[in-house]
Amino acid sequence: MGMLFSYFKSLIGTREMRILILGLDGAGKTTILYRLQVGEVVTTIPTIGFNVEQVTYKNLKFQVWDLGGQTSIRPYWRCYYSNTDAIIYVVDSADKERIGISKDELVPMLREEELSEAILVVLANKQDIPGCMSLKEVHQALGLEALKNRTFQIFKTSAIKGEGLDMAMEWLANALKNRK
Amino acid sequence: MSSFKRDKKEEEDGGINLFQNIEKTTVLQEARVFNETSVNPRKCTPILTKLLYLLNQGESLSVKEATDVFFAMTKLFQSKDVILRRMVYLGIKELSSTADDVIIVTSSLTKDMTGKEDIYRAAAIRALCSITDATMLQAIERYMKQAIVDRNSAVSSAALVSSLHMTRMAPEVVKRWVNEAQEAINSDNVMVQYHALGLLYHIRKTDRLAVTKLIARLTRMSLKSPYAACMLIRITAKLLEEEDSGNDTPYFEFIESCLRHKSEMVVYEAAHAIVNLKRTTSRELAPAVSVLQLFCGSPKPTLRFAAVRTLNQVAISHPAAVTACNLDLENLITDSNRSIATLAITTLLKTGAESSVDRLMKQIASFVSEISDEFKVVVVQAIKALALKFPRKHSTLMNFLSAMLRDEGGLEYKASIADTIITIIEDNPEAKESGLAHLCEFIEDCEHVSLAVRILHLLGREGPKTKQPSRYIRFIYNRVILECPSIRAAAVSAMAQFGASCPDLLENIQVLLARCQMDSDDEVRDRATYYSNILSRSDKNLYNNYIIDTLQVSIPSLERSLKEYTQNQTIQPFDIKSVPLAAVPTSEEREKKHKTEGMLISQGPVRPPPVSREENFAEKLAAIPGIQQLGPLFRSSEVVELTESETEYFVRCIKHCFAHHIVLQFDCLNTLADQLLENVRVDLDPNENFEILAEIPCEQLHYNQTGTTYVILKFPDDDLTSCVGTFGAVLKFVVKDCDPTTGIPDCEDGYEEEYMLEDLEVTLGDQIQRVGKVNWAAAWDKAAEGSVEKEDTYSLSSMNTLDEAVKNIIQFLGLAAAERTDQVPEGKSTHTLLLSGVFRGGIEILVRAKLALADGVTMQLTVRSPDDSVAELITSSVG
Repeated sequence: MGMLFSYFKSLIGTREMRILILGLDGAGKTTILYRLQVGEVVTTIPTIGFNVEQVTYKNLKFQVWDLGGQTSIRPYWRCYYSNTDAIIYVVDSADKERIGISKDELVPMLREEELSEAILVVLANKQDIPGCMSLKEVHQALGLEALKNRTFQIFKTSAIKGEGLDMAMEWLANALKNRK
Repeated sequence: MSSFKRDKKEEEDGGINLFQNIEKTTVLQEARVFNETSVNPRKCTPILTKLLYLLNQGESLSVKEATDVFFAMTKLFQSKDVILRRMVYLGIKELSSTADDVIIVTSSLTKDMTGKEDIYRAAAIRALCSITDATMLQAIERYMKQAIVDRNSAVSSAALVSSLHMTRMAPEVVKRWVNEAQEAINSDNVMVQYHALGLLYHIRKTDRLAVTKLIARLTRMSLKSPYAACMLIRITAKLLEEEDSGNDTPYFEFIESCLRHKSEMVVYEAAHAIVNLKRTTSRELAPAVSVLQLFCGSPKPTLRFAAVRTLNQVAISHPAAVTACNLDLENLITDSNRSIATLAITTLLKTGAESSVDRLMKQIASFVSEISDEFKVVVVQAIKALALKFPRKHSTLMNFLSAMLRDEGGLEYKASIADTIITIIEDNPEAKESGLAHLCEFIEDCEHVSLAVRILHLLGREGPKTKQPSRYIRFIYNRVILECPSIRAAAVSAMAQFGASCPDLLENIQVLLARCQMDSDDEVRDRATYYSNILSRSDKNLYNNYIIDTLQVSIPSLERSLKEYTQNQTIQPFDIKSVPLAAVPTSEEREKKHKTEGMLISQGPVRPPPVSREENFAEKLAAIPGIQQLGPLFRSSEVVELTESETEYFVRCIKHCFAHHIVLQFDCLNTLADQLLENVRVDLDPNENFEILAEIPCEQLHYNQTGTTYVILKFPDDDLTSCVGTFGAVLKFVVKDCDPTTGIPDCEDGYEEEYMLEDLEVTLGDQIQRVGKVNWAAAWDKAAEGSVEKEDTYSLSSMNTLDEAVKNIIQFLGLAAAERTDQVPEGKSTHTLLLSGVFRGGIEILVRAKLALADGVTMQLTVRSPDDSVAELITSSVG
């Protein structure tokens, strides 16, 4: 039976993609998840643990895991690394103080064996807040220029206003297709 | 779903248990499939089932295994399969106590409990509460409150019951949900109403006033749910018991009105509550009993069972009321349900006349082998009651018991038979010889070591006092030859008792003990050598002190003292006098132990505390500076209430007596929500002979908290007669007004306040420990030399019966009655009460009180004690 399934899957090519949304607490991960799933802004509370939803974008099915960003929950991220196709790393562009911490979380994560093949999308979120860091500043602060051997792209977004997400998903869908 | 159906079919066809050969390691291996990117519910559900099966079979997982499988399980949240999700909830609940970091599923469960899918919500609440600890509870508080008042009854019930479980962990948080619970109690759903009442009561049960209000409100609104009504009856009955007021209250009226409820369950509960109340009159009892009588004839076996069981329980306390149902009970003897039949017969035995005993015993004999051990114990207890009631029937009953002893049965059953025989022997001298003979026969073939040891001990105690002690020796010595070491050791001790008490057997006993010194077991040899040496001295005093009356200290205390002694390097020899003595329980305390309470929430079997009260207090007191120098704790009194129970401040006192000091422990409860008390102490006004050494105040006392303050007094040295007395007492403290909700004081400064307490008495009984003597007469004779004897005659004009006089004397002097002289045989006009005990400082006291009934009670009191002033104190304080 298992063989039959995989046969069908390769034929139609609709294997579910596994995506993790990560980032510090309050970056807007849960808002982004539900913006992608239902297309509107829902009120959220700090995530203790995770949310998992199925998101369909342009006939592609994604299984999206939004893991809580609080300091106490970050250690559990690694429990969900295996079989991950892509990481959406969300940064609060208005939080200049903690961008360093955000970098310190991102860098060791990318060194993980299990994530070596994963595509990275960085979202510089909360662009609607005046005085926030620009795309370039975020790029620099995270030290993304040092990244080698990884398919990655950075986008500026505002989950509240729904800006930039489409572009990011478009790019991600293509990147995932091209990978095969 | 389809896989479920198929499994079921296979099971029916082959009758094979699918889960028969599964192993933990295999299942944990299989569970790795949970980590795959796409979840296959049909594969995962059976694996989870196997896992749950293993856990329920008692298989235990290590923390690592549990955590691994738990995190793998969290991946299953991506599947939308309803059955799989519900299995995940169950898995979370099972693993929540072993796995680490279970809070990881908090968000997912919160989403499910508030989501649209009704089938998830209740189960998600239960799972969520199992992973939530006190610190995380705040985060989900809002959702819990909403769920309690949810329109979906399953959700509401789940939230209420989960809250009840969480009161153990975070009582303060759950208390805040009281308004939601109040709302839920108005629900139309029977279960929600029941669970809401359970939670409300649990939150408020420590606050008497709130419980009263709750009952007052609910009795008026007439609960729709029969379950809730039953619970309300239980709460009301408990309050009635505690209030100690008469039964003319609205509470009793409420319970009585429930006898006319339309639900049988409620009617039964009400009847059960009424017959179990302590002070019901026969008039109040009548309607309840007639309800039970009606149930006896019901076609439903459960109702018949409930009714006859209740009647059985109250047959001793209300024989007249139960006799009214005799005809109905007779009909139940032949009931096809053996449990009902057993209870019916035993009830009849308890209430029946002497003439019907033989007939009923024959009835029981016809089916006793068919019933379970549990009910056999009920039969045995009925026989015990019967034997005490009709002493003349002892031979019939004894024969029956010995037949039961020979049957197969578990330890509890056999122990209850042996207990009954022992009780009969102690109560009825005529039955002694035949009873001992039955027990001798029983230990010939007894598989329970503990029981054999007890019986050997009894033989050692009672055997020497029989007409022909020598006949028991053979039975005892047989044990030495045939049994395991612990029984052999007990047999050696029993033989030594014979040697010490029967001079003409001494020579033979010495021969037997000499043989036991060659035993292969250390303990048996040690005991034999020890006894043989003492017996060879032919010294009555040695016999009394080291064979007949052995250690009187409390064993746990001795163990603790010895442990401390071996840990401290000291050259001083161990002083056994520093170990607290063990008090002999009075007959009332013994009865209390047997009585079980009608519990509202089952808490499992009640275990007796492993240590004595003194032992408990000793540890607490030792931690307080200033108290530990006073030496070992001698005795702690009962709790004395110094205020009415529903006043602003509730104060109780426990008197701890030491060799030369007395420590008064005042437990104070602050019942005012708007006051914070500081520097709480009790100001005593002792008579001039007592010296106050120290006061230890309680620094802060918040609302609804109990704090303790101590006063240390020194007894008068020279004059013992002045060491009893009555002291005035005043509670003194500083009050700070505070906000009732937060408990934070409004301002820094408080004001002094006083509160009058009732007078406190230091009595003779506080200073005497009950210590029993096995052979009182021997001790009395010994005390003739070397002790002071004081004698006086009193007339106790306020006493009308000997029984009353005996009870009062025992209570006043705080001594232990020896040789069962606390029981006055019926129809006698004279009685001799033999008492023994130890005064603080370890001074022995023996008292003989000869009582005669004639226009009040006349008493001749003789006291023997090595200390002149102690004897004087006792004779002078009586009267």
